[in-house]
Amino acid sequence: MTGQRFVYMDHAATTQPHPDVIAAMLPYLRDHYGNPSSIYGIARDAREAVEVARQKTAATLGAGPEEIYFTAGGTESDNWAIKGTAFAQRKKGNHIITSAIEHHAVLHTCGWLEKQGFTVTYLPVDGTGLVNPSDVERAITEKTILITIMHANNEIGTIEPIAEIGKIAQEHSVTFHTDAVQVVGAIPVNVKELGVDLLSLSAHKFYGPKGAGALYIRGGRRPDSLLHGGGQERKKRAGTENVAGIVGLGKAIELAGTDIPGRTAVIRAYRDQLTAWILAEIPHTRLNGHAVQRLPGNINISFAFIEGESMLLLLDSFGIAASTGSACTSGSLEPSHVLMAIGLPHEIAHGSLRLTLGEENTPEDIAHVQSVLPGVVSRLREMSPLYQKMKEQRVS
Amino acid sequence: MYSKKVMEHFMNPRNVGAIENPDGVGEVGNPVCGDIMKIYIRVEDNRITDAKFMTFGCGAAIASSSMATELIKGKTLEEAWDVTNTAVAEALEGLPPVKIHCSLLAEEGIHMAINDYRQKKGLEPWVEKKGTHHTHEEGKEAGDS
Ligand SMILES: Cc1ncc(COP(=O)(O)O)c(C=O)c1O
Ligand code: FES
Repeated sequence: MTGQRFVYMDHAATTQPHPDVIAAMLPYLRDHYGNPSSIYGIARDAREAVEVARQKTAATLGAGPEEIYFTAGGTESDNWAIKGTAFAQRKKGNHIITSAIEHHAVLHTCGWLEKQGFTVTYLPVDGTGLVNPSDVERAITEKTILITIMHANNEIGTIEPIAEIGKIAQEHSVTFHTDAVQVVGAIPVNVKELGVDLLSLSAHKFYGPKGAGALYIRGGRRPDSLLHGGGQERKKRAGTENVAGIVGLGKAIELAGTDIPGRTAVIRAYRDQLTAWILAEIPHTRLNGHAVQRLPGNINISFAFIEGESMLLLLDSFGIAASTGSACTSGSLEPSHVLMAIGLPHEIAHGSLRLTLGEENTPEDIAHVQSVLPGVVSRLREMSPLYQKMKEQRVS
Repeated sequence: MYSKKVMEHFMNPRNVGAIENPDGVGEVGNPVCGDIMKIYIRVEDNRITDAKFMTFGCGAAIASSSMATELIKGKTLEEAWDVTNTAVAEALEGLPPVKIHCSLLAEEGIHMAINDYRQKKGLEPWVEKKGTHHTHEEGKEAGDS
């Protein structure tokens, strides 16, 4: 497959670190390797760089720097926000509200808390993946201590009405966390406007390094710590700082927060063009997720009668990197819980393809997908007993 | 994650399609992940002279169908009955543990096609030997993103 075009359309999984991000990180791997807690020169440099990154992160979110805590990524931030709140407030109550389509970093954390005696309400979503804010309000009881609803879904791209839910949470004085891992850089995020108490983000989703994330904790909120040890991060998150990672996060979030409408306009246009083209050119397809309330780079389409993993393998042979919600790729051999929650039949979830576009995609990339995808789909349909059955039924 | 052999059979599957008026057909569904495999056989003098398949499933399921139909062609019905999922997986130079059940689908498809043939001939269907094959072992769950 050498010399072949490589088209990366899996930006929801991870992104390629921006060259400026890598350039910003290198000095902190090479020269300023000091431990930020130490007092000599190279350590002070590191300390300062961490604080600059904190300021950049705060500025992008409309928060104060003292409200930003660095973590090892989205998973840790979600775990900390949820477990930390649950244990800090367990005298007040034991009830948590979340949605059926959260990332496993949230769902499995809630599942674990259920084993510790907490109760969790998993709110359903509609056919487009939207949580209904009045469902949230109805689910609140005197025992409710936490609402955790993702800002946008990683599979189908649906953007949730976070500001509305934030209002409800404030009216009822319930702590509100949102997993904004997919959102930073895609749409403007302002913690005050959203009315959130806690917000998770992860650098590798916006052209930063892997293993670097942050949790925004609104001033005055005191979730218990997840990691105990040294006094780093104002005694809230122990462990020597991942200085280079944090610097990379800072640079990446600075870039991600700049001119979001301008930067995403092109991606959005490619998304709409490719989506419309696929739905028009390839029969028996449907768009999963919301038509409008949708992340700018997200396309999720089901191709009836075929299975997603075989689609990915063929696309890969043509240099296209994508993703699917098929049971065959999940490891657990269950179809995506998100596609199930929006009411897709098992076999339609099976044939789902997620293409997530990003900043480096070009019109040539779109054209390459257009030239390859119809052939891939028909090749698999030609060997599908379901497709065969459908054609027979048509004839008779 | 797949062996070269699996990828080779997946990219260039042998025996894709249906046989017109087949002597035996087996259609099996996968209770684990919901996939479907259909095996067609042509039988002459107790020997499988042609085999074809149609599969709705993953790369391993398609490669298993391709390999399984290759393995049974030219074999007597008795010999073909004894082609196990392990034999299919071995011929494919191994399958990841979570994908073993996909090769099982091929074994079951062959058995069903053979019994379909036997029943059409008014013969007793052969019974499955229980507990000889592996179902899928618990694989580690991949991360979602
Ligand atoms: C919505 C969402 N939450 C959490 C995570 C986990 O983030 P990380 O990979 O940084 O742990 C991801 C991505 O994998 C995600 O898409
Ligand atoms: S057919 Fe679903 S995992 Fe192989």
